Amino acid sequence: MVEDFNCDYADTLDRGEIEKWPDFFTDDGVYRLIARDNAESNLPLPLMYCDGKGMLKDRAYAIAHTEMFAPRYTMHQIAQVRILGFEDDIVSAQANYVLYETLIDEPTHLLQCGKYHDRFLLQGDRLLLKQRNCIYDTLLIPTCIVFPP
Amino acid sequence: MSNTCRFIENGETRAESDLSDLVWPNDPAAIPDWVYTDRRVYDLEQQRIFRGRTWNYVALEVELPKPGDFIRSYIGETPIVVVRGQDGEINAFENRCAHRGVEFCKTYRGSAKQFVCPYHQWTYDLTGKLKSVPFRRGVQGQGGMPPDFKMEEHGLRRLSVTTRRGAIFASCADDMESLEDYLGPDMLDQYDTMFDGRPLKLLGIHRNIIPGNWKLYQENLKDPYHATLLHTYLTTFGLFVAGNKTLIVADEKGRHSSLCSRRPEGRLESDATTSQIGSFHATMKLADPRVLELIKESDSPWNSNAITIWPNLIAIRQSNIFSVRHIVPMGPDEFMLIWVNFGFADDTPEMEAHRLRQNNIFGPGGFIGIDDNEAIKFVNDGLQRSQPRPGVVSLGRDDEPPETVITDRAIRGMYRHYREAMGL
Ligand code: FES
Ligand SMILES: [Fe+2]
Repeated sequence: MVEDFNCDYADTLDRGEIEKWPDFFTDDGVYRLIARDNAESNLPLPLMYCDGKGMLKDRAYAIAHTEMFAPRYTMHQIAQVRILGFEDDIVSAQANYVLYETLIDEPTHLLQCGKYHDRFLLQGDRLLLKQRNCIYDTLLIPTCIVFPP
Repeated sequence: MSNTCRFIENGETRAESDLSDLVWPNDPAAIPDWVYTDRRVYDLEQQRIFRGRTWNYVALEVELPKPGDFIRSYIGETPIVVVRGQDGEINAFENRCAHRGVEFCKTYRGSAKQFVCPYHQWTYDLTGKLKSVPFRRGVQGQGGMPPDFKMEEHGLRRLSVTTRRGAIFASCADDMESLEDYLGPDMLDQYDTMFDGRPLKLLGIHRNIIPGNWKLYQENLKDPYHATLLHTYLTTFGLFVAGNKTLIVADEKGRHSSLCSRRPEGRLESDATTSQIGSFHATMKLADPRVLELIKESDSPWNSNAITIWPNLIAIRQSNIFSVRHIVPMGPDEFMLIWVNFGFADDTPEMEAHRLRQNNIFGPGGFIGIDDNEAIKFVNDGLQRSQPRPGVVSLGRDDEPPETVITDRAIRGMYRHYREAMGL
């Protein structure tokens, strides 16, 4: 079930449907993209930080309508999904992710690799993210990160 | 005795390349392509600017709170280590073993009693002085260093260091004027608005690498024209927009500058000014307006100061965001940015959470950080892929009122200083 969720998540982002991204989260869902160096040094600064659906929507809107960037494809690969626990209706899980990016007239490059640390809410027969912390190894970011890993 | 090994390039230089084919256009508003692309120019910049008579930002004191704490950093392209000595003083030296050149410090930060090069275990104290050389006298009377080997001549090359209100600057020159004189009174005032005396609290660090020449980043922050056109978040929400109360400050030499802006109360209406701004988004509403909240924490008349300190520091205060960006050149057409974000030691948990939310605006994943990083890459694509053609920086006048927004005055000032420093 978590694997299916991650598959949908990746496909939606990789199709470029960024404005559907907030739908993968609960209303109080939290998304953080954090450098592994910050995370391991107890430095709280994320590269992207959405605290609740409002901020998720504002991030999606900014990407879709206000940020200036060269058009690109992204390709997420999510692997090694592991369920860490299941209590009440909360599933804790983690997974590895790799994110490739392709720009016009440039070879495809590796944008990031990292780990998802997730807490899902099980709601009927579907999962929603209460929290996704993406901790990335790729500390030296090539130019910038437009679409969320 | 402390470590006395220095860079010796001030005054003394290796043979310089012939630059006679590079001719500056006879127009103060034209910038030739080769300042962004030529390897010889880049090498000369390292020597005359970064290893010359400049104060280079290298760290924040909050990154090395205790004796022995160190970080890896850079002066220009050169890797250095910044460390707090046992006496509490800050030392900076080249991250390169005096023996065979190993870049010995391979972690972002840590704490040490001494530095041991992993290759042959030469050991240096926290001032960079050479303390021990294994088998200096050889083994059983054979081998070892010649008897006239002088330990004191083989320390790590050390830098002059100065600090002000929590930021650390270093120089290869050993007779630099004070940082205060280097900034000049008007820029010192700007600096003190950013570093207002409150003890800092480190929030975290972003690093990215941008295709483009390092000077493009200095220009970007000296360019109010783009700020009011490219960035929807700045224009639509009034963070920086033509029509705001604005001030552009520069030092006497034109090397440092600051763009100050004051946010209007409430949001901007569509009018004759905003109608010229393609990025102005009259109907845009935030689902969560907390990101833009302005919590008063200063008496400054300005809500934002975008400060450039020559040659390698950008210091940004925007609403409740405080961050420095350290420019690290990595060749003529590439540079690294180290974004160090901070709050203050007396921040409440709510204030810290607010700063973290607001920091979505900047950085290599920021609502407007992305715009600038992409724009600079586009400039580089143009430079690398096309035939040379000078850039045009002719907006405004050099003697205009400092409130003028649609102007390239600060960029022209920087290149006047640059040509003098470079002898170009
Ligand atoms: S290179 Fe450092 S000890 Fe030999
Ligand atoms: Fe900008």
